[in-house]
Amino acid sequence: MDYETHEHDVLVIGAGGAGLRAAIEASAAGVSVGLVCKSLLGKAHTVMAEGGVAAALANVDDRDNWRVHFADTMRGGQYTNNWRMAELHAKEAPARVHELEAWGAVFDRTKDGRILQRNFGGHRYARLAHVGDRTGLEMIRTLQDHGIHQGINVYMECTVIRLLKDGDRVTGAFAYYREKGRFVLFKAKAIVLATGGIGKAYEITSNSWEYTGDGHSLAYHAGADLVDMEFVQFHPTGMVWPPSVRGILVTEGVRGEGGVLRNNQGKRFMFGDIPPNYKEQTADNEEEGWRYTMGDKNARRPPELLTRDHVARCIVREVKEGRGTPHGGVYLDIAWIKERIPNAAEHIKRKLPSMYHQFKELGNIDITKEPMEIGPTTHYMMGGVRVDGDSQMSNVPGLFAAGECAGGLHGANRLGGNSLSDLLVFGKRAGEYAAKFAKEHGAGKVADDQAEAAARWALEPFERTTGDEGPYKVQQDLQVMMQKLVGIVRKEDEMQKALDGLQKLGERARHVLVVGNREYNPGWHTALDLDNLFTVSEAITRASIERKESRGAQFREDYPSKSDALGKVLVIIRKGPDGRMQVNQQPIPEMPAELKQIIQEMK
Amino acid sequence: MGQATFQIWRGDVQGGAFKEYQADISEGMVVLDAVHQIQATQANDLACRWNCKAGKCGSCSAEINGKPRLMCMTRMDTLPEGQPVSLKPMKTFPILKDLVTNVSWNYGINKRIPPFKPRPPDAPDGTWRMSQEEVDRIQEFRKCIECFLCQDVCHVLRDHDKKEGEVFGGPRFMIRVASLEMHPLDTVDRLKLLRDDLNIGLCNITKCCTEVCPEHIHITDNGIIPLKERVVDEFYDPVAWVIRKVFGRARDKRLPLPMVEGGSKRPT
Repeated sequence: MDYETHEHDVLVIGAGGAGLRAAIEASAAGVSVGLVCKSLLGKAHTVMAEGGVAAALANVDDRDNWRVHFADTMRGGQYTNNWRMAELHAKEAPARVHELEAWGAVFDRTKDGRILQRNFGGHRYARLAHVGDRTGLEMIRTLQDHGIHQGINVYMECTVIRLLKDGDRVTGAFAYYREKGRFVLFKAKAIVLATGGIGKAYEITSNSWEYTGDGHSLAYHAGADLVDMEFVQFHPTGMVWPPSVRGILVTEGVRGEGGVLRNNQGKRFMFGDIPPNYKEQTADNEEEGWRYTMGDKNARRPPELLTRDHVARCIVREVKEGRGTPHGGVYLDIAWIKERIPNAAEHIKRKLPSMYHQFKELGNIDITKEPMEIGPTTHYMMGGVRVDGDSQMSNVPGLFAAGECAGGLHGANRLGGNSLSDLLVFGKRAGEYAAKFAKEHGAGKVADDQAEAAARWALEPFERTTGDEGPYKVQQDLQVMMQKLVGIVRKEDEMQKALDGLQKLGERARHVLVVGNREYNPGWHTALDLDNLFTVSEAITRASIERKESRGAQFREDYPSKSDALGKVLVIIRKGPDGRMQVNQQPIPEMPAELKQIIQEMK
Repeated sequence: MGQATFQIWRGDVQGGAFKEYQADISEGMVVLDAVHQIQATQANDLACRWNCKAGKCGSCSAEINGKPRLMCMTRMDTLPEGQPVSLKPMKTFPILKDLVTNVSWNYGINKRIPPFKPRPPDAPDGTWRMSQEEVDRIQEFRKCIECFLCQDVCHVLRDHDKKEGEVFGGPRFMIRVASLEMHPLDTVDRLKLLRDDLNIGLCNITKCCTEVCPEHIHITDNGIIPLKERVVDEFYDPVAWVIRKVFGRARDKRLPLPMVEGGSKRPT
């Protein structure tokens, strides 16, 4: 089999925020770095992040500090978070944001010239550093333009299909270039996975074609533990109309800037359902909610800014009980602020330019004049590769993970803004510790037969002659099934049905036909990606069945309450020696007293 | 809304031709939806780039009925009804396959631009102070999603092929340099680069780039023209030269130029 070979100390797979940040850090440590990305550089999913990056800079509200951010993150995650990651994240996020400014990022400013911060769901104080509603673009471009001068080798439009091992340790990755379909072997002393999420396992999603759970699946098959796979975040506000834009994200920043949710009777239904652990910090009337939006430090935040899991479920309930919009969503209204402030239209256009643009061009809606129709969309995977909080290394030596494909930081539900800070803080850490690992360990062996086997597997679809369907149909049927049976509201019998369905669909996937040749062939790429989608879909389903309670993003209709016992455990997925997926529970490690105390104080 | 006919260029570096497809059109559909439908049901190996499907990543650039546009932001109901829609790859860049071109040249140009280097921090905690008014100007340039449609339409690149030899950086990298040159914290001088390496002089301000920009950046008025003026001041203005000799150079001397909002203030 013919393939080219490259050797690096550290190989980073994925070039969104986490991957770029990891590559920059590893390179700064003086090791040779390769950066592989499935798309062109700078197109990764990070560009779609809108609202901002959470960091307790205390520029807008001086009561903010890392302890509050830590407590907010743990409360949002329903205390199943990896507390060490939550601690490091809250402590280090401010330095990571300032560092971006030193690399040329241009955040919106406060009146006294510092980085401006905005309100967001679940954050006690205005905490999200932002650039209008295109914060992700600013971040990725800053990292990209900084990164290209750091001596990193970038391999664009290159998809990794297998991790290669020498005994227990990971020592390489096998990939193909999308352009010509040629194979490439990367030998590396350490590998950082930064591949993002799994949204393409669902029908309605804000995620792009790339989000097929590659890192989750690569790690799983290499023997790494996955954690929290039952926790899939459905963002409450995706577009619902017209059909072709269903699922496209509407930033939480709309609510941060004063947008409100109403049902078809014009009622702000979120006031009717405020969970007990948020009662203390949530406004109980519209007037107070508005004062919070305007920066009144004595006001509590409006219930529209409750956590995403809760808001999404309330929207589902409104629609189910007949109070939804004509197209099956609810109304998100920012135009109403014209009753409160002068020049509201200009204000909205300045604060939410992309949203204005997006609705105007795709939905024929002027958001400064009319409400938007919105509904939940599959947005983010809390679960991922289980890593050590400090180093981001998995249980496979030399294999690291950062960003969305790593699990732990967010627990059962992620707060908005915590993913951009996640990828900076833990991208940096993964890069640093991967470089350290590479320096401390010599090059491992990469067996040719592992590479050959991966290549044969990848080419096999071209040799099929018996099937009668292409990969897209199978992918679509999988998405529809996962949406229906393992979606926002879950039940044991439906999920058992999903497991059967996965088996049948998996059988079909093994027979899909691929037409054309190896050159830039999306049909072939989709056929290969299917394998990852099946792995993550099975992991999500099995983990959700195992957690017989409702917590955060996991809502079980058959177990609608929280269970104290299950609140103390993590659901772990790993590949058994027989090649089958194993599910087990492991206790969450005991939190140190000082962190417990912070949580107590902030209750 | 019924059906629409698409004529999509299929081929590679060896050559190719338009091939006809039918797609079912529903309310609110964009061109990229139709391409996906064709890909899923009729031509699994039809190559096109896309990521966000919301005008944020700049991947799905193509020439739609001859005009450089993002496929994800072009609604079917804005195209003439009943007429076939032609789709072809960007002409300025070498073809890879179908609608996909090799845009790596752009990445090479970007690498030639010296990176941002800030002045020392303003505050003891290592941070800087900038007013919103100071950054408004470059925030406009930083909206760029690198779709390279401006590069595609720029006649210096498209018709005169200034991608090798005497290179022209193209509108994308003019505004990238503008975003650095007008950055309140930056300390690097890129005027010589603009004159000698990116050949800003080759731009004769036809504003085609501004017209196709999906982010509505005033590339020419707010980016290229002020840069041209700076190059002229630096290298060709004897009075400015004398002033510099006498008073020295101050990087932050630059007065903000009036910004164009919503249209051109200059005769075209």
